[in-house]
Amino acid sequence: MNELTIAIIFYIFAAVTVVSAAVVVFSKNVIYSAFSLLFTFFGVAALYVFLSADFIAVTQIVVYVGGILVLLLFGVMFTNTIMSTDLKADVLHFIPGVVLTVLLIVGMLYAFYTTGDWMPGHIQLSGSVVERIGIETMSRYMLPFEMASILLLVALIGAAYLARYDKANKKEH
Amino acid sequence: MSSSPSLNTWSDALSGFTIGGFPLGLIIVAAIPLVFIALYALTYGVYGERKFSAFMQDRLGPMEVGPWGILQTLADILKLLQKEDIVPTVADKFLFVIGPLIMFVGSFLAFAVLPFGPAFIGADLNVGLFYAVGIVALEVVGILASGWGSNNKWALYGAIRSVAQIVSYEIPASIALLCGAMMAGSLSMQHFNVVQSGPYGFMHFFLFRNPIAWLPFIIYFIASLAENNRAPFDIPEAESELVAGFFTEYTGMKFAMFFLAEYGSMFMVSAVLSIVFLGGWASPLPNIGGLALNTMTSGPVWGAIWIILKGFFFIFVQMWLRWTLPRLRVDQLMYLCWKVLTPFAFIAFVLTAVWEIYM
Repeated sequence: MNELTIAIIFYIFAAVTVVSAAVVVFSKNVIYSAFSLLFTFFGVAALYVFLSADFIAVTQIVVYVGGILVLLLFGVMFTNTIMSTDLKADVLHFIPGVVLTVLLIVGMLYAFYTTGDWMPGHIQLSGSVVERIGIETMSRYMLPFEMASILLLVALIGAAYLARYDKANKKEH
Repeated sequence: MSSSPSLNTWSDALSGFTIGGFPLGLIIVAAIPLVFIALYALTYGVYGERKFSAFMQDRLGPMEVGPWGILQTLADILKLLQKEDIVPTVADKFLFVIGPLIMFVGSFLAFAVLPFGPAFIGADLNVGLFYAVGIVALEVVGILASGWGSNNKWALYGAIRSVAQIVSYEIPASIALLCGAMMAGSLSMQHFNVVQSGPYGFMHFFLFRNPIAWLPFIIYFIASLAENNRAPFDIPEAESELVAGFFTEYTGMKFAMFFLAEYGSMFMVSAVLSIVFLGGWASPLPNIGGLALNTMTSGPVWGAIWIILKGFFFIFVQMWLRWTLPRLRVDQLMYLCWKVLTPFAFIAFVLTAVWEIYM
């Protein structure tokens, strides 16, 4: 693949990400916002591929599209008055908003330029990233990994407790 | 055979092929699985399934159009193309239209990592198997879009049943495939085939190399039936309860899209099953003394034939089950997934790990 092809594909994915993210924010219909998130997540996954992080890209699709987006759509579809509720997508407090946005952009650009050569990667990736991620997770990052698993277990037990069938009152919570 | 220099040569040569800077080769690489899905769905998928079901029920099936009815599928395509493209007035037009498209794209994207023989694969990712399992998520969103877009309570219920089923069965399916990944020591689809090929044919397949491998093999097969909404797990399209599930309102080519997506994923799960446990494109015939059957039946073309034959065999088993088993109830479906398949998948996972470390 030559440079031009890669650049064109990159800009297509970048455009998909930005446009669909704009639809998520500006759409007045919450269903369209939710479905538009699909394209945002996909575009972000494609951008990870351009950073040669295939594992993170696929994880992004599995976790965000397969998990979070489906959960979100279920929630939206099972809510009664979802289609009759108008979402507020108007512009309020125009001047403070602009000031905040400009300040944020300036701050981020300042960080980018002062941190120096953040663009080119120093370590060239070679071979499979998956094995290295596995080894690092099981050695240097063991404690955070186990902490995350305990957190998830607590969330799981909590969800099961809230949703369980209440025998004393013969009803579901 | 292993570390053969001819791995991926055809697809690498194709993807480097450009005309005046335009990467035509990349498009051809993507078009080959698409043409394959269309051809196989029309011949083996539609016609084959109708004939198999007919023979299993002791009748003849399509017999009128052409000899033994082989032109019936062509007549059906003509009919589908001519049908009026109806969009219900109260439907959400946008979601109604993109639903089948997203679903087909989700089913087709998985073919990117499917090796058609040693010399051809769309993309030899080092996360190939993970990608093939994860990309199914797109199909789920397509089902929800078409179910909600139809604005029909049966369609919505069909969609929600279908999604609940697919999301639940992904867990035993993924754990079962992880057992295969532990045996291969990699997630790359080509690597699975390379480590399972050798002069003794089927003796190198994971299913016969490890005494526990039959358990994840069966678990993945059952879970893949549920992920494709195939019988006995076709609750989402249970015609006696839900008219036709999430595609109740669809006609013409949009309806055909759902069928292409279903046949596409049927082949994909059959191919994944044969790659992870039965050697994919590796020839099952052993070399017997001077009779070098394995060497004779290996190579790029033979590889493509083997993987397609293995895929077709499991599709035949799927069709066979469809016409022999009754449909499960929703609670039985969830019971099977969470209380039977998932614990057994964990047992298989631990046993495989122990076997791989100590044997």
